[in-house]
Amino acid sequence: MDIPADIPGLYNYWIVVVLMMVGFYVVISRTNLVKKIVGLNIFQTSVFILYISMGKVKGGTAPILVDHPVTYSNPLPHVLILTAIVVGVATTALGAALIVRIKEAYGTVEEDEIQAMEPDE
Amino acid sequence: MRKHLVLRVVSKLLMPFILLFALYVQFHGDFGPGGGFQAGVIFGSTFILYALVYGVETARRVARDWVLRLFMITGVLIYIGVGYVALFLGGPFLDYNTLSAHDPVHGQHLGILLVELGVGITVAATMVTIFFAFASRGRG
Amino acid sequence: MIAHNLPALQVVLPLIAAPLCLLLRGSNWPWAFATLVSWAAFAISVALLSQVLDSGTISYAMGGWAPPWGIEYRVDTVNAFVLLIVSAIGAVVLPYARVSVGHEIPAERHPAFFTALLLSLTGLLGVTITGDAFNLFVFLEISSLSSYVLIALGRDRRALTASLQYLIMGTIGATFIVIGIGLLYMVTGTLNMADLAARIPAAVDSRTLLAAFAFLTVGTTLKLALFPLHSWLPNAYAYAPSVVTGFLAATATKVSVYILLRFFFSVLGTEYTFERLTLEQLLIPLAAVAVLVCSTVAIYQNDVKRMLAYSSVAQIGYIILGIGFVSTTGLTAAIVHLFNHAVMKGGLFLALGCVMLRVGSVRLDAFAGLGRRMPLTMFAFVLGGLSLIGVPLTVGFISKWYLVQAALEQGAWILAIVILVGSLLAVIYIWRVVEVAYLRPPPADAAPVSEAPLSMLIPTWILIGASIYFGIDTSLTVGIARRAAETLLGVTP
Repeated sequence: MDIPADIPGLYNYWIVVVLMMVGFYVVISRTNLVKKIVGLNIFQTSVFILYISMGKVKGGTAPILVDHPVTYSNPLPHVLILTAIVVGVATTALGAALIVRIKEAYGTVEEDEIQAMEPDE
Repeated sequence: MRKHLVLRVVSKLLMPFILLFALYVQFHGDFGPGGGFQAGVIFGSTFILYALVYGVETARRVARDWVLRLFMITGVLIYIGVGYVALFLGGPFLDYNTLSAHDPVHGQHLGILLVELGVGITVAATMVTIFFAFASRGRG
Repeated sequence: MIAHNLPALQVVLPLIAAPLCLLLRGSNWPWAFATLVSWAAFAISVALLSQVLDSGTISYAMGGWAPPWGIEYRVDTVNAFVLLIVSAIGAVVLPYARVSVGHEIPAERHPAFFTALLLSLTGLLGVTITGDAFNLFVFLEISSLSSYVLIALGRDRRALTASLQYLIMGTIGATFIVIGIGLLYMVTGTLNMADLAARIPAAVDSRTLLAAFAFLTVGTTLKLALFPLHSWLPNAYAYAPSVVTGFLAATATKVSVYILLRFFFSVLGTEYTFERLTLEQLLIPLAAVAVLVCSTVAIYQNDVKRMLAYSSVAQIGYIILGIGFVSTTGLTAAIVHLFNHAVMKGGLFLALGCVMLRVGSVRLDAFAGLGRRMPLTMFAFVLGGLSLIGVPLTVGFISKWYLVQAALEQGAWILAIVILVGSLLAVIYIWRVVEVAYLRPPPADAAPVSEAPLSMLIPTWILIGASIYFGIDTSLTVGIARRAAETLLGVTP
C-alpha cells in the first residue's frame, strides 16, 4: 500500500473514523444523559457517511433515472441509509423521551447524581 | 396579537407553501430526491412551526390526538395492505407486478406510490405526535 | 396461497397486527387480539419447521425479486428452530399477560403495551427468518426499540435508567453490526447472506473483511450480553414488568446468538472465523469467565429477579462455550441450550411474576414462607432451579451433558470443570431462594397470600413442564439441534 498517496485520497474514511470516535467518546465519557444521546447521534452519522461515500462512483451522478445513458452512483447505499436515518431518528426520539421521564422522576439528568440517589443493592 | 407580529404573519403565509412542497417531494420521489420519509417530515414541520409560533395548545386543537393516532395507523396499514393485496392477487408478498392487470411496470409505479404515501402519512403524524408529547410535558 | 407464503406471513402477521392493536380500546381487546396473533405465529413456525425438516431449506423471494438482488427469506433447520422458540415463548407469555399486565401497568397504556410486544415479536421473528444482512439490521432495530419501550414501562423509576442504558448500549451494538454489514458490502458488493458466503472466500486477505469481522463480533456479542458487554442486562431484566422480563429473557439474547451463528458460520465461514482468525480463543475464555463470575455475582443478589438475570448471563456463557468448541457436539449443545434456556428461564421469570402479583415484591425476604402459601408457584420455581443446576431428568442436564461431552472430546478438562463449577454455584443461589421460601416462616404481620390465578399458573407450568419433558424425551430438541449444527458446520449437505 502506498501510504503517502492513499491518506489524502481516503479522506472520506478519515472523516468517518474521526466522527465515529468523537461520537463514541462522547457517549462513554459524558455523564449528562442528553450529551450521551447527542454522542450517539454523531456516532450514527459517521455510519451514514461511510455508506454514502462508499457508494459514490467516480464520475457518477445522482442515482436518478434519466433518458440518456449516464454513469450513476450506486443507489443501494442511499436506500439503506434512508432506513438507517429513520432508525436513528426513532432511537433519538425514544432516548429523549426517556430522558424527559428521568428528569421528572429524579430531578436531574446527570448520571452520577442519579446513581447517588439510588442506594446500591 | 401584538407580540411577534412579523413571525405570525410570515409563518401563516408560508405554511400552505410548505405543505405544498411536502406533497411535491412526496410524489416526485420517482424523478428527483424525495419520497415518503422526507415528505412526511416536511409536512409535520408545518404543524410544528404552527405550534412554535401560536402555542402548543392551539396547535393541538388543529391536529387532535385521535386524528394523529388514526393517521399513524392508517399509513402503516396502507403499506402492509399493499403487500397483502399482492398476496391475494397471487404473487409473493409486496410483489407490485400483480397490482396492475395489464402492465407490470404500471403495477410497480402504483405500488411504490402507495407504499411511499403510507410512509409519508405515518411519518408526518408521528413527527407531530412526538413534538406534542415533548412540548406538552411539564404543564400540569 | 397461505402455504406458499408462510415465510412472509410469519413476520407480516404480527406486523399488521401491531398497528391494529393500537386501534383497540380497553385492556381485554388488545390482549385477546395479541394472544390470537401470537398463537397464529406459533402455528406458522411449527408448519415452517416441519416443512424444513421434510424438504430442506425454504427460500422465499420478497416482492417477487429473485435473490441476490431482492430480499430473500431463507428458512433452514437453524432458524426454523429459533423461530419455533421465539413464537412458542410469545404464545405462552401472552395468555399470562392479561392479569400480570393488568396488575403492573396502568390501564391507559395497555393498547400501547401489546402493540409494542407485537412489534418486538415481529422484529425477533424477522431477524431470524431473513436471508438479507441489512434486513436483519432493520428487524433487529425494530425489536430493540420496542424492547426499550417495554422495559421502560416498569413500575420502578429505575426502569427508566435501565431502559436508557440498554438503549445506548444496544444502539452502539446495532450500529457496530451495521458498520460490519457495510464493510462486507464494500468487499463483496452484495447483501444477500448466501451470496456473501459465496463471495467472501475470494476476499479473505482483505483488511476490510478483517474490520468487518471485528465490528460484527463486538456488535453481536454486545447484543447477546457476553461478558464483559453484559452490563445492560441485569438492570433491564430486574426493573422491567414481569411479562417483559419473561418474554425478553427467553427470546432476545437467543436471537442475538442466532445472529452470531449465522454471520460466523454461514456467511464468514468456519475456515475464516475459526481457523484463520481463531475466534474461539476469544470466545472460550470470555464465556468461561461469564459462567464463573456471573454465577458468583448472582449468589450475592438480594433481588431474585436480578439474581436470575445474572444467571442468564452465565447461561449465555454456556451457549458461547458450546459455540467456541466448533464441533458438532459443541454446536448441538449450544443450539439445544437456546431452547432449554428459553424454556427454563421463561418459566422461572413467569413464576417470579406470579410472586410479584401476590406479594408485591421479588426481594429475597419477600419469599419467606412462600413455599407453603404459594405451593404451585414455588414448586415451579424449584423445578426451574433444578433445571438451571443441571439435575438429570431436566433440560439443563441435557445441555450440560453435551457441553461436557464436547469439552472432553477436545481434551479441555479445565472447561469441563468450569461447567461443573458453574452448576455448583447455581446450587448456591437457587438454594438461597428455596431456603427462604420453604424453611423460613412467614413474617407475623404478613398479609394472607393466595396462589396465583390459573391464567398465570398454566403458562408457567407449561414452560416448566416443557423443561422436564424435554429433559426426558430429547429426541425432538437434540435431533433438530444436531441437524442444525451439521448444517452450520457444513458437515452434511
